[in-house]
Amino acid sequence: MFPMTGTAALVLAVAFGFAFGWLLDRGRVTHYDTILNQFRFKDFTVLKVMLTAIIVGGVGVLALVDLGLVKMAVRDANMGGVLLGSALFGVGMVLYGYCPGTGVAAIATGSVHALVGAAGMLVGGMLYGFNYPWLKDTVLAWWNLGRVTLPDITGVPALVFFAALAVLAVALFSVVESRRL
Amino acid sequence: MTVSSLSPSTAAHGRIDWSPYLVGAGIGVLSWVVFVVVAAPIGITTAVSQLSGGLAVPLVGAEAVAQNAYWARHPMRLDYGTLFLVGTFLGALASSLAARTWRLEQVPAVWAERFGPSPLKRYAVAFIGGVIAMYGARLANGCTSGNGISQGLQLAVVGWVFLAVMFATGLLTAFILFRQPR
Repeated sequence: MFPMTGTAALVLAVAFGFAFGWLLDRGRVTHYDTILNQFRFKDFTVLKVMLTAIIVGGVGVLALVDLGLVKMAVRDANMGGVLLGSALFGVGMVLYGYCPGTGVAAIATGSVHALVGAAGMLVGGMLYGFNYPWLKDTVLAWWNLGRVTLPDITGVPALVFFAALAVLAVALFSVVESRRL
Repeated sequence: MTVSSLSPSTAAHGRIDWSPYLVGAGIGVLSWVVFVVVAAPIGITTAVSQLSGGLAVPLVGAEAVAQNAYWARHPMRLDYGTLFLVGTFLGALASSLAARTWRLEQVPAVWAERFGPSPLKRYAVAFIGGVIAMYGARLANGCTSGNGISQGLQLAVVGWVFLAVMFATGLLTAFILFRQPR
């Protein structure tokens, strides 16, 4: 039965996207002010959402993998592209005020500047497409570690990582909550 | 009470927000479901770059786009990723309408406090930011959703390097943009 493909998957795509967009808006991360204030340490909503999603999602997916119900879908760690791309992404996200997902969701809530920035995203995607033939033999080919995970390279079990993450998250968020951030 | 906490968006949101922990847990559970049901982790930018390929057609011709090494692998079509993007838009629209928080926003409060009320200034920086963010997301093979959350929750090296580096350059950019002028 699973994974579903064809028309059923396409219908579900809209439903899953709908849930994602709904959650982003209810979490206030469709707002420029929420995202920018995370990067100014004045509001920790973004980190609360992301860390909780990673821990809850990660423990569940780990259990599902152990039960043989799902396969991991780890991507290549091609460090040339990842390091340069992530560095650019951080700069772009703060200038735009959104990441691509929250930007699309923000347009739907009436943010005109999110729409203008999305036009910029389309131009960025176009530039990347035009540059790709060159990039794939240079930046994207540098220092590829393959589809590795942190447990692979450290030998530390995944559950230990999640336990450590949970402890860190509880510590961070109790400080943050006591300061009403 | 600060000026921003009096702004309409914040005041309206005080009533309807969900706890960020609940929202995060919701996204986590959603990722279990998509892993099981469609075996396709949550992601946004691949679909956006496919749309870019469609937009490139009038500029360089359909032939050139079809033969491009990137768009040959990611042609514009109504596939799972594109429909997920449509769903994301619809979900946020429904949420803001149901909560009665939908409103046109040209210049957000935090921006206006530092850079003034000019929409054009905000649009110009948002546009440039969009170009850079998208180019970076493609180089890194994913954005906050596809790399940060979907790869991060699998403890993939790519996900955690992405999170660490983008937060670092984001913090630096915010520091430069918002530091108090002397």
